Amino acid sequence: MKATVTVYPRREILDPQGKAIRDALDRIGFEGVEAVRVGKSFEIDLAESDPEAARQALDAMCKKLLANPVVEDYEIDTGATP
Amino acid sequence: MKTGVVIFPGSNCDHDVYHVLKHVLRQDVCFLWHQDTSLGDTELVVLPGGFSYGDYLRGGSLAALSPLMEAVRRHAEAGGLVLGICNGFQVLLETGLLPGAMRRNQNLRFICQDVHLRVERDDLPFTRGYRRGQVLRMPIAHAEGNYEDSEANLDALEAAGQVVFRYVSPEGALDKAWNPNGSARAIAGITNQEGNVLGMMPHPERSCEVILGGTDGLALFASAIGVAGELLEAAR
Repeated sequence: MKATVTVYPRREILDPQGKAIRDALDRIGFEGVEAVRVGKSFEIDLAESDPEAARQALDAMCKKLLANPVVEDYEIDTGATP
Repeated sequence: MKTGVVIFPGSNCDHDVYHVLKHVLRQDVCFLWHQDTSLGDTELVVLPGGFSYGDYLRGGSLAALSPLMEAVRRHAEAGGLVLGICNGFQVLLETGLLPGAMRRNQNLRFICQDVHLRVERDDLPFTRGYRRGQVLRMPIAHAEGNYEDSEANLDALEAAGQVVFRYVSPEGALDKAWNPNGSARAIAGITNQEGNVLGMMPHPERSCEVILGGTDGLALFASAIGVAGELLEAAR
């Protein structure tokens, strides 16, 4: 199955990249953009077909490598409703 | 003392550290390859600066999973000396040997310049050659040196006396204008609770010879390896 993991800076932490992009959007005329956070997206192909088992494996991957829990949050999308 | 400098793919300050240990301080030094699983009889391990694994994913994150880092972890847990400089500091954070994380510099730029550091601890293996409150000058060269942790963790870090170096003005005062990267609490270097693992963003190995513009970094290596005062004087 295919899964998508999205990792992004935690909300309470200032994201300097996101702020620079927000300011740039503002500068070129896109008003009303209140905040931007820049993250990473991982498309992961898994041999596992059971969504719950896949989710558990992906969660472990996030904790161990894909995200740094000190400064980042993550979301896992296996395409199935949990 | 037996010293070792780790090479990850993308390390680029490894030879600088090797040069200081071998030619300036005349120590027994070897290179340690990231795929190795043992440190041999190395007593001081240095994780050098650079861009291990091209900084893919996050600075230091992939290097932290290399086979050698398991040996470094065991060495640290047994009380052995570990020094992480710049990218090496990031590796120590990603390994969990030191707390916290690095973000992009506040100004989003790669910063390469001299900074002033205030010594906050002079009782550690790495800082016995300094005195508390002393101001050192050495360069930084990084894009991700903006130290971050939760307020509670930062308070705990301060309370435990784990902040070793802070970015300060040339006179030694805390001042936002002299904090180059936006680090929380102006933190430039920290140690673990036991004091045998040190991580720092500035480059002491680039400040060990007069010809390179300064020698403020020399006492750090000399402290760690217990170099006799005469040799240190001669090197200066």
